[in-house]
Order: sequence, then C-alpha cells, then structure tokens
Amino acid sequence: MSVLIFVDQSEGHIKKSSFEVLSYGAKLAEQIGATAEAVALGTINDEQLSALGKYGVKKVHHINNEILNHVDAQVYAKAIADTATNTGATVIVISHNQTGKAIAGRVSARLKAGLVAGAIALPETSNGFTVKKTVFSGKAYANITITSPIKIISLNPNSFHVIEGEGIAEVIAVTAAIDTPKVKVTAVNKISGEVPLTEADIVVSGGRGLKGPENWGIILDLAKVLGAATACSRPVGDAHWRPHHEHVGQTGIQIAPNLYIAVGISGAIQHLAGVNRSKVIVVINKDPEAPFFKAADYGIVGDAFDILPQMTAEIKKLKGIA
Amino acid sequence: MKILVCVSKAPDTTSKIAFKDGNTKFEDNGVQWIINPYDEWYSLVRAIELKEKEPATIIHLVTVGTADAEPIIRKALALGGDEAIRVNTDNSDSYYTAAQIAEVAKQGAYDLVFTGKETIDYNGSSVGAMVAELMDIPYISLATKFDVAGTVATVSREIEGGEEVAEVPLPLVVSCQKGVAEQRIPNMRGIMAARTKPLKVVEPATVETLTSVSSYELPPAKAGVKLVAADNVAELVRLLHEEAKAF
Ligand SMILES: Cc1cc2nc3c(=O)[nH]c(=O)nc-3n(C[C@H](O)[C@H](O)[C@H](O)COP(=O)(O)OP(=O)(O)OC[C@H]3O[C@@H](n4cnc5c(N)ncnc54)[C@H](O)[C@@H]3O)c2cc1C
Repeated sequence: MSVLIFVDQSEGHIKKSSFEVLSYGAKLAEQIGATAEAVALGTINDEQLSALGKYGVKKVHHINNEILNHVDAQVYAKAIADTATNTGATVIVISHNQTGKAIAGRVSARLKAGLVAGAIALPETSNGFTVKKTVFSGKAYANITITSPIKIISLNPNSFHVIEGEGIAEVIAVTAAIDTPKVKVTAVNKISGEVPLTEADIVVSGGRGLKGPENWGIILDLAKVLGAATACSRPVGDAHWRPHHEHVGQTGIQIAPNLYIAVGISGAIQHLAGVNRSKVIVVINKDPEAPFFKAADYGIVGDAFDILPQMTAEIKKLKGIA
Repeated sequence: MKILVCVSKAPDTTSKIAFKDGNTKFEDNGVQWIINPYDEWYSLVRAIELKEKEPATIIHLVTVGTADAEPIIRKALALGGDEAIRVNTDNSDSYYTAAQIAEVAKQGAYDLVFTGKETIDYNGSSVGAMVAELMDIPYISLATKFDVAGTVATVSREIEGGEEVAEVPLPLVVSCQKGVAEQRIPNMRGIMAARTKPLKVVEPATVETLTSVSSYELPPAKAGVKLVAADNVAELVRLLHEEAKAF
C-alpha cells in the first residue's frame, strides 16, 4: 500500500508547493501505515529527485521524457494514473495549484477515484476517509468523505508546513509510452523576477485608496524590503493601475500567505474571499469603519501615504538594511 | 460550431454562510441564488461573443440540478444561448456532476464545452477536467483568452507565475476565467426571448458518486484586531516581527 505524491516542476526546478505535498503525503503515509512514493515527470536531474527523501518519500518514480516538460493535462493524467496503478497506490496527493487544477480532475475520472480538491488538513482515517477542505470561497469548511477505493487529495498551497528531515529517496527510471500531446504550446510568458503570488509567503496589496498607479511606489518599496509579492483589489486591476494577474479575491486569485498587508482596501466580502486564509492579516486604512478591520489581526487607522514609508523604514532598521 | 456551456447555480457572493440539520446542509433560507459568476461572466459571455462573430454557432446551456435551478437557467438564457438542458438530479459530487455533463456532451456532439474556472460554493475547479477525461479530449484549465478559427482553438491559460499560449484541435473542454470575455448585462429583449427558448429536462444517467459531504463547519472567529496608533508604526512592525513572527 502506498501514497503517491505528484512532484510538480518548472524548467527542471521542483516547485515549493511540491515540498508541501511531499511533507503532507509522507505524514499521511505514516498515519495509515503505507509507504510514501513520488512521481516526477519531465527533465529533472537525479540529485534533486533523490534529495526528496528528506521530505519522507522512499521512492521517486521518474518518467524522464522531454514531452513532459510542458504540462499537458491529458498526457499528465495518464502518466500519473498509470504510475498509481503500477505501484498499487491507494492515495494520490497533488497540489491544488494551477497544475493541480489542470490534472487532478482528469486523474480522478480516469481512475474513478474520489477527489477532494483544495484540502487544508490531513484526513481523518479512524473511521472512513474524511478530508477537510475550504468551501464558499474560504468562508467555511466541508468535511468530505471519499468512498471509492482509491482516493485523491489536492492540497491548497500554503496550508501544510514543509517538514524537512534526513533521507535519500531511491530514484526509479520508468519507461512509459507517452502520447504526443494534442495541445501545441506556442509560447510561455513568464512574469520574470517576481515571486509568484500563490507561492508568496508575504503579500502587500493595494486598493483604490491609493488613488492612482503613480502612487504604487510605496507598495513596491514595502514589498521589496519584505521580499513580498504584490497584489491588488479588483477595481485596481479593472482600471489597469496594476496588471490583471495581481487581482485577488472571489473572481481573482485566491491566496493564503503567512502575512497579508492590505493597504487602502475596504475589505468587501468578495475581496476577503480571496485572502481570508492568510495567517496574519494587517490592514492600513484611514476609515476606522472599513469592514476589513473585522477580518484583520493587526491594523492602523491612518493615511497609507504616511504609514507605509514609515513601515518600510522600520523594517529596514530591524533587518539592518541601509 | 456547437458550444455547450455549463451553468451552475450559486449563492450570491454576499450571502451569509450558515448550516442546518446538524451542520450537514447549507442553510439556503433567505439566500439569493445567482448564476455562478465564472459561468456567467466568462464562459457564457465568451460563447455569445463567438456566436456574434459566427452567427451559425449554436449555444446550448446545461445545468445539473433539480427544478429549483430553473430560474437561474432562464436568466442565463436571457443573456444568450439557443436552448437549455437540465439534468434532473442533485449535483452532490463533482464526479457525478461531470459524468452527467459528459453524457449530454457526447450525445450533442459539441465542438466546445465551456465551464467556469470553479463554482464559488464548492471551489473544486475539477468538473471541467473530469468531463474532458470522460470524453477523452483535451482540457484547457484557467483560460484567460480563447479564440477559434476553423477547427483549431488558440488559447492562453494561467500557469504558475505566467501564462501559456497554445493551439488545440476541437473538440475540447475549457475552464474560463477573467480575461476570456468582456462583461455584459441582459437586456429586456433577451429576458422576453428567454421565456420562449426551449428548456429540456432529461433524467440523469446511472453514475456512482465517489464522495459525500459529512459535515460543514465555520472557521473559528478571529480574536479581533489589535489596533496600533498611527504615530506608532514601529510598534506595529515589532508586533509583526516578535508576536506574530510574520517575517
Ligand atoms: C460578484 C462580485 C465579485 C467581485 N470580486 C472581487 C474580487 O475578486 N476582488 C476584489 O477585490 N473585489 C471584488 N469585487 C468588488 C468588491 O465588491 C469591492 O468593490 C472591491 O473589492 C473594492 O475595492 P477597494 O477596496 O480597492 O476599493 P474601495 O471599496 O473604494 O475602498 C478603498 C478603501 O481605501 C481607503 N482609503 C482611501 N484613501 C486612503 C488613504 N490615503 N490611506 C488609507 N486608506 C485609504 C478607504 O477608506 C476605503 O476603505 C467583486 C464584486 C462583485 C459584485
């Protein structure tokens, strides 16, 4: 019996979300008395793969085929499902990141294996197999029982801490027939040099209170000293003050960083839906009645144009940056 | 070209979330139902835009749901679409729902199946992928642009830290999100026309469910905000560093 964990990579680098699912899968394997194994697709060097042992996996099944360097949902789902079948996996763990959203449903339908998409905790396995997930855009949780023999969990990014120990995994080179993808990728446009929003530990976010795109310097400065990604509310994205991909909320990206700093954002329920899983929320708003304060852990009632430069300066002092 | 647009009903985004029957069911008393925003704003509107460019395009809507989903599907028909199909059953499990949609999609020989990127109540983001797998056709997740010329679609989709542009032969399943379409509101003429558009009710195929909801819970209430005076920014930074250990 094994738990099979999907290792997501980009250009040969294993993603941070994979370390989370590996840690989660290894803990789950321990809990149900199974071995933790991983499956990796595409070109990745062996050192990186054997090093995954430190997250608790014993074996890494590696299909080293360059067709797999692009995520094709159809081809990936088959490769993962076949590996699960060949290794006798009873649980499959995938990150609920962009890649996971492309493939988890396909693997589920292919194996007729029940899927809990967006899990936030280890399953309850004393009586059945029940997994907690967020529903209603973070406003509630549901405990979902999987009734099929094979179970699939896709784990929300930033909801399980990475556990690093010692260990080296055995890397098993798997030869498998890989279909030619029907999807022909013609371009990949990376937003270079920035921390991807969904992977960021800290996010500094600005709203309409900043008055205009020319004022974003104070947000970028604060983000820079914190090594944070930047985000924005929907009207800011709609007005093109900031790029669309920074829009968080119900209709934008959902994030769960350790620290979310909301500046000049009122805290509408649709905005909160995208950020309410953040561990610590800080609100800077000049209106003491702003609804965001109800969802915040820390706050300052004040003018962002005053407060932010001071915050940046104080953090620099603390970090010893000149 | 024939497009099938999947439409789900969802509680209005400002609804109070509460549960009943020992926390096993959503308390829908007093809840306003809307078309799931991703289905309405992106997949349905994109289908309508494609039909405006290519008037021979046929748009069918499908919803998996009991009779109380009809007002929602009528509202969707008011925006556009030629006819609607309701699969008369509860949509309790995403695999079950996907299998019903795949059944309708296979019978209708559609070139395109559009879904929203997720429903705002279950947040699974998985039905589209399941439909594609059950039909053994390509799936484009989280599409931000979609166009079609002849039998080939050109799409952009969100990937971590960027986007990917690709060409895909029809038929395919696409999950739509922001960027795919312009926003629009139904006009009076559309609302009148929707009354006479056909709404077919079909009985569900026999499909097993793979999951079930055991219970719901609400997150623990926040302890309350700790406010720091505006002239004491250093104290906020200290709290974040020492107490919250947030950086
Ligand atoms: C179906 C639906 C989906 C939606 N989805 C989203 C979504 O995904 N994401 C999203 O963000 N919104 C979404 N919205 C919109 C949402 O309802 C709000 O309108 C939006 O979040 C408000 O953005 P804001 O807080 O930036 O602007 P505002 O509400 O205008 O708030 C600006 C805030 O800035 C403060 N302020 C002004 N000047 C200063 C200053 N100098 N210093 C400090 N504070 C200042 C004000 O007190 C105010 O609280 C959605 C709406 C609907 C109906």
